[in-house]
Amino acid sequence: MLVTSLEIGRAEFESGTGWELKPEGACKGEVCIPLTETSGDTVDVASLAEQMGLPVVEDSTYGLWAIGPESIGARSLTTAEAPELCLPDMNGVEFRLSSLRGQKVLVYAWAPY
Amino acid sequence: MWQALREELLPEGLEIVTVGLDTLGVEGCGGFILAANPQHPSLIDQHHVLAEKFGVINIPSSIWIDEQGLIVRPAETAPAPPRPSSGPTEMPAGTPPRFVDIMAEAAKIQSNPEAYHDALRDWVALGSESEFALSPDEVIARSRPRDADTARGHAHFELASHLEADGHHEAAIEHFRTAHRLVPDSWTFRRQAWSLETSIEGPLARFWQGPSTDDPERWPYEGDWLSDIRACGPENYNESWEP
Repeated sequence: MLVTSLEIGRAEFESGTGWELKPEGACKGEVCIPLTETSGDTVDVASLAEQMGLPVVEDSTYGLWAIGPESIGARSLTTAEAPELCLPDMNGVEFRLSSLRGQKVLVYAWAPY
Repeated sequence: MWQALREELLPEGLEIVTVGLDTLGVEGCGGFILAANPQHPSLIDQHHVLAEKFGVINIPSSIWIDEQGLIVRPAETAPAPPRPSSGPTEMPAGTPPRFVDIMAEAAKIQSNPEAYHDALRDWVALGSESEFALSPDEVIARSRPRDADTARGHAHFELASHLEADGHHEAAIEHFRTAHRLVPDSWTFRRQAWSLETSIEGPLARFWQGPSTDDPERWPYEGDWLSDIRACGPENYNESWEP
């Protein structure tokens, strides 16, 4: 996820990274990473990222940071639970993959190049 | 391409969601979506979250998700539905030699559409009883390897994509280059960056994906489509489909 500050809202961190901050730590599916401190409405990105093993890469010219994904487990999936995917269609209307629960879904990735 | 399959399998309980990966967003994907006029959700993934969230490294790829929201097959090569062969395509006279070479290599890319689509129908019919529905542990084990460098490469790619979309092309190139070095198995990370360079003018510009004939020194990347596919061998472009 891309941020312009290293102190961001808790909900923004959760939706951006897919990790939910709970009393027991940062959790995704059945996997939880213990954290020292998870209360409060804002989070210290640098500290959280370090505890969770998420890379934070800066572009200092444009004042941007990208928080990369986890690599615990050494696989791109840490759980078989499908992550939420919220993307727009060509008219800008957002669609949530979770709205298709109850159906089988084939997600098909393509590119115009 | 997927419309007929969707009409066949929607009554059986399968929905198809297509996702176009392109830093240019609607500008890049919109024309293709309009032409296909899909009846299923057709989304635009401007900054390649499918790479980060699902481990997509090449297109076309698919992920299968069951009724409970569990992934039963992680990202893997997804050939288009099989159709009768129309024979070799004649390139129009005057086609630049690079395109002739690109088409020749692309024609050697291998996939197994019959096996894949048979498996898809089997899963739609049998659900978790299908031999092609993998267990959660196997889904995780078959998802793309990711170490700390790979994760860092994803962050560089995200920065690059946003910088490019904001008009900072030169700044984006540096992050694309780092992403390519850290995630060497991602064809989409490379093809995305290559497709943003304008070595030629016209509608095929995004498919050139390599140095211009006039000024090859200007090409800012280590690889290009033709060199890279020749280096890996077109038969290895798609990972072979494993039941």
